[in-house]
Amino acid sequence: MEILLAITTGILYAAGIYMILRRSMVKLILGLILLGNGVNLLIFLLGRITKGKPPIIPEETKVFEDLFADPVPQALILTAIVISFGLQSFAIILVKRAYKVLKTDDLDQLNTTDEDS
Amino acid sequence: MSEQLIILPLLINLVLSIGLMFFWTNIKAQKVLSISGSFIAMLASIWVFIHVWENGIQTFQAGSWEAPFGITFVGDTLAATLVLLTGISAFAVSIFAAVSVIKARLRFGFFSVFHFLIMGLNGAFLTGDMFNLYVWFEIIIISSFVLISLGGEKNQLEGAVKYFTLNFLASMIFLTGLGVLYGLTGTLNMADLSQKIPLIQNQALVDVTAFLFLVGFGIKSAVFPLYFWLPASYHTPPSAVSAIFSGLLTKVGVYALIRVFTLIFVNDSFIEIMLQSLAILTIFSGGIGAIIQKNIRKLFSYLIICHIGFMIGGLGLFTEVAMAGVIFYLIHDIVVKTNLFLVSGLIYRLKSTTSLDRLGGIYKSYPKLSLLMAIPLFSLVGIPPLSGFWPKLSLLLAGFNEGNYWYFGAVIFGSLVTLIAIAHVWAKAFWEDGKDVKHSKKFIAFDQLRSYQKMQYVVPIVFLALVSLYIGFGAEHIQQVSTRIATEVLDKQTYFNAVFK
Repeated sequence: MEILLAITTGILYAAGIYMILRRSMVKLILGLILLGNGVNLLIFLLGRITKGKPPIIPEETKVFEDLFADPVPQALILTAIVISFGLQSFAIILVKRAYKVLKTDDLDQLNTTDEDS
Repeated sequence: MSEQLIILPLLINLVLSIGLMFFWTNIKAQKVLSISGSFIAMLASIWVFIHVWENGIQTFQAGSWEAPFGITFVGDTLAATLVLLTGISAFAVSIFAAVSVIKARLRFGFFSVFHFLIMGLNGAFLTGDMFNLYVWFEIIIISSFVLISLGGEKNQLEGAVKYFTLNFLASMIFLTGLGVLYGLTGTLNMADLSQKIPLIQNQALVDVTAFLFLVGFGIKSAVFPLYFWLPASYHTPPSAVSAIFSGLLTKVGVYALIRVFTLIFVNDSFIEIMLQSLAILTIFSGGIGAIIQKNIRKLFSYLIICHIGFMIGGLGLFTEVAMAGVIFYLIHDIVVKTNLFLVSGLIYRLKSTTSLDRLGGIYKSYPKLSLLMAIPLFSLVGIPPLSGFWPKLSLLLAGFNEGNYWYFGAVIFGSLVTLIAIAHVWAKAFWEDGKDVKHSKKFIAFDQLRSYQKMQYVVPIVFLALVSLYIGFGAEHIQQVSTRIATEVLDKQTYFNAVFK
């Protein structure tokens, strides 16, 4: 399972960075989304995957006696998903507005801010 | 009881941000509330600073969850000083924004987002938890995205796309680093991390994580190969927004670098060499970029990059003298850079342009205002006894003592280039004869403003100029503060003991 997730994470990172390096603004957004998902999977993976061991202490004991699935990475991912969802929806609106005003989807055309004025 | 109160400036800004939403259409009420609220927040941050100065490091465990399980807020002297400077800059900018930002922008919740940004800044300085730092960073960037694109002008949207992409990428790299860090240590509390990182067997992986943090924070603070978003975007929003961005946003990146590389990844020679060489390259590229600019706001943007190099290099040297220099420079830089962009806003209001080709004759028509604007400009250059001089002295001394003559030379080069750039601005915009500038009919010149509006333009600049004069003439006090911060920052055991008491 770990090896499969590791490969998926790698593919998501690679695909995300490849998409960011394209010229189109839509591909840029897609790249950022893929990268965000890659990061979330990475956190999940590095929190160690433990199958079928929920972090609940049995009634008769006071501490964990067995291995247990760490709940912290899942809380972190949940926060990260919500944050990146907000950022991505902002990005989509921003790109749409930028496309309407600038009338281009090509990132190489975005050079008015570099000109002297 | 007073432990909880270290997050008071943060709470005031949160309440303000929410409260302002109830006055969505009433712009006048928003202005009054924002200015008075920032003033109260500034008083609170002064209280926090005095409290921390007198009683040492204050910690607050959110929800009484003991560290390392809960989120800890740590008010050490570094955090308290930065919170104080945030309060001062935010107060000045809120006065300036109330008059300089046009109504169309104010109507879409400008002030609400502005205070949200200030809240994020305070939170980032005060937190003692790595993941919480990430959350504060996201709060900062989402509100800065709104501020930078509010108004929707062509170059603003273009700048926003560039700014957004690079900052989002930086957050993702930071989050990747966090994931690896958690996988290595199983904790996210900074104090706990500082003890657990040296115990890890696989130090190569620690180096990789440190590098991820360096890249993530490096993008945010505009360090050498990753700075291109800054000059492409910082001159597009209104001056009040650029002022708070240039004064505080890039400095949060520097703060995070200081925190991470003095507390968590310490004695890492690879990172130290990396920081020093990046610093030299940053100083050179920022400085050379600044000389050729024709727009003063772009020129100031390149100077930000140049001066980030001073601080990063001092951090890389990692001695007490160097750290004191870095902290002093940080204190000076926040005040002066905020003021510089306010000055550029005032110049725009006077002459309806910020292009050096078309500016001129400001000294002739406004001699008193010119003298006022000279204070931040020459403080930045660091002509003794103004504020930029003293920290550079410490940095040069540290570079010389450590035998890092490249950095030593780079600091001299950076100061010289700053001098040339500012002298160029001064000669072109202030001394050279004025040219007739055609401005559009909608433009309201400074002379046509009512007297209270004129005051609103001038008072924040006077206020920040007084602060930077104090930093220059009262250098002894600031040196005392920065030396104390430097000793505190270099001794991670005190920080650990304050969190786990």
